[in-house]
Amino acid sequence: MPATLFDKIWNFHRVGERADGRDLIYIDRHVLHELHAHHAFAQLQKQRRRVHRPDLTFAVQDHTVATKPGRDDDTNPSGAAFIKAMRQGCRENGIRLFDVDDPEQGISHVVAPELGIVLPGATHAVPDSHASTVGGVGALAFGCGTSELAHILVTQVMALKRPQRMRVRLDGHPGPHVNAKDVALRLIAELGVAGARGYAVEYAGAAVRGMPIEQRMTLCNLNIEMGGRSGFVAPDAATFAWLAGRSYIPQGALWDRALEYWRTLKTDDDATFDREVVLDCASLEPQITWGTDPSQVVGISGRVPEPGAVDPSRRAAAESAFAYMGLAPGTPLAGLPVNRVFIGSCTNSRLPDLQTAAAIVRGRHVAAGVIAMVVPGSSSVKRAAEAAGLDRVFRDAGFFWGESGCSMCAGGNGDRGEPGERCVSTTNRNFENRQGPKVRTHLASPATAAATAIAGRIADVRQLLEGAA
Amino acid sequence: MQPFASHTGIAAPLVKDDINTDQIAPIMHSRSLKEDYRAMLFHRTRRHEDGSEDPDFVLNRPQFRSAGILVTGHNFGAGSSRESAVWSMLANNIRVIVAKSFADIYRENCLQNGLLPVVLGPQLADAFIDRVVAADGAAPFTVDLVALRIRGPGGPDIAFEISAADRMRLLEGLDDIGMTLKHLEEIIDWERRAAALQPWLQSAKDNRKPVQDERETA
Repeated sequence: MPATLFDKIWNFHRVGERADGRDLIYIDRHVLHELHAHHAFAQLQKQRRRVHRPDLTFAVQDHTVATKPGRDDDTNPSGAAFIKAMRQGCRENGIRLFDVDDPEQGISHVVAPELGIVLPGATHAVPDSHASTVGGVGALAFGCGTSELAHILVTQVMALKRPQRMRVRLDGHPGPHVNAKDVALRLIAELGVAGARGYAVEYAGAAVRGMPIEQRMTLCNLNIEMGGRSGFVAPDAATFAWLAGRSYIPQGALWDRALEYWRTLKTDDDATFDREVVLDCASLEPQITWGTDPSQVVGISGRVPEPGAVDPSRRAAAESAFAYMGLAPGTPLAGLPVNRVFIGSCTNSRLPDLQTAAAIVRGRHVAAGVIAMVVPGSSSVKRAAEAAGLDRVFRDAGFFWGESGCSMCAGGNGDRGEPGERCVSTTNRNFENRQGPKVRTHLASPATAAATAIAGRIADVRQLLEGAA
Repeated sequence: MQPFASHTGIAAPLVKDDINTDQIAPIMHSRSLKEDYRAMLFHRTRRHEDGSEDPDFVLNRPQFRSAGILVTGHNFGAGSSRESAVWSMLANNIRVIVAKSFADIYRENCLQNGLLPVVLGPQLADAFIDRVVAADGAAPFTVDLVALRIRGPGGPDIAFEISAADRMRLLEGLDDIGMTLKHLEEIIDWERRAAALQPWLQSAKDNRKPVQDERETA
């Protein structure tokens, strides 16, 4: 019986069926963060329950940590209580914590794959909706709430309804300076913010095969922005090469055996999906959001849409976005002056993201009046970038170079913009007030963000570089 | 979890699609472990920057201040997985959300906390919204999970559907962890099988320091 990759992973991990008809799905790797973990630790203590598999559970401090050089627990005063509660809970429950000063601290979705904690064909849960980032290495991941987090701690399983299966085939190869972020934004624009609701999404096609692992993670990261809880890419030779040598991967004969199994992790030729979607990536230009949800997207040469061009069911949302964003219909995106640029977050903070941005920034300077920040996704990424001299490139250009964490993605650590500011950001949500009260967020790729910081206006990176040539 | 059988209360219309968790439960400027979930609900929509209330926001209008039922559009609860977006409803005594559809994780979080998520098809939902708007908080509606009916002014009872399992879980206020722990033996059997078939899944060790990182598993 032909099966999709989703079915193979799900069926293997299906422990049984609960009385309420939900499948109990074993979670191989569970990673906590400090914003939600304390609720679960308190609940366990109250119910006198214990953590079933502390050895398969990890924890990071990421949402509330300050990014200021020399930071400690108290640099962001409203994060201190969360950080300390996390530390205590991990100590009491025997959970490996990547603490604020750990050389491998960082955003969970960056740290787990880069250490090889998450593996192809493994299941993974994080109390954060961007958990499926690690789908980029072929893992099946679920973002979860706080109650579910406590449930996993005690049982190491999730009680889930089996989702439907969707395949997104990405054809063609994106042109220069167009990457996974642009592809994902275009896809969300096409399918809508609820387009993948109820589906587990497999990303396939030539464009995906051509993407380095970090870009596959960017693609899977944004899956939730079209409503999908899990998104993944079948692992291939590039995945295995990327994982080789990482700290937590199986060793010796076990690695060989794992590889043999991982090579079978693909959708069978005759398997069927509940929904199939195709997007041609060859002709895509860099994409950017104009509104207040991640489906309100245009190409960089595009304009804010006229209300008449918006689907009637989405018109009210568009009108409200025009007002919030301070943009009249018909306004070209390119050329809009910006106040801030943020490069970071679980979406776009891995080393290649920073290399891409640095290549554009090198020898140039951030435009006068623009505040530009780079926040690496992990302390390991930061060290690697510094070893390559990227911190100098950014600093010389006038960027702030921070310690790793979630930072301005949701502003949970105090990094945020001022009311009315326009910010081009490599993050994942352009919701109202997310990056600070009344901050106007435009989501874009690291290349577009870097070019915008230099130009002081929303810029087409291709034109900026051509102008220099 | 507090069981849910039936709720009678004022229904407030918040007729928009895609209301996201950042709107429902914004990340607060200053925060603590014991957050004020009551104040958090729709904080940025509910209040001006100076802290004063926006009198036009539906939950600030006198007739809806004690609403127990929220009526809304498609994809309610999109965005983050943070459960505060459910806790802040309960902290304001909102026990039912009637929507055209819910975001997946938000709906799960509702079920975990005894907040009843009712989905009505678009036509039924629009008809119900009209009745809620017409009632204008003057008379209550009853959402009855036993009878699977919504009763109230302006028309006949509205039947709704919810899976038998979700209904039972809410009616009995079942402890989700307790339900799963009945399967503990199966879980341990699975671990044994996985350790034989894909042993790398049952071990997550830092290979650089094998001695220090040795931990006992239960």
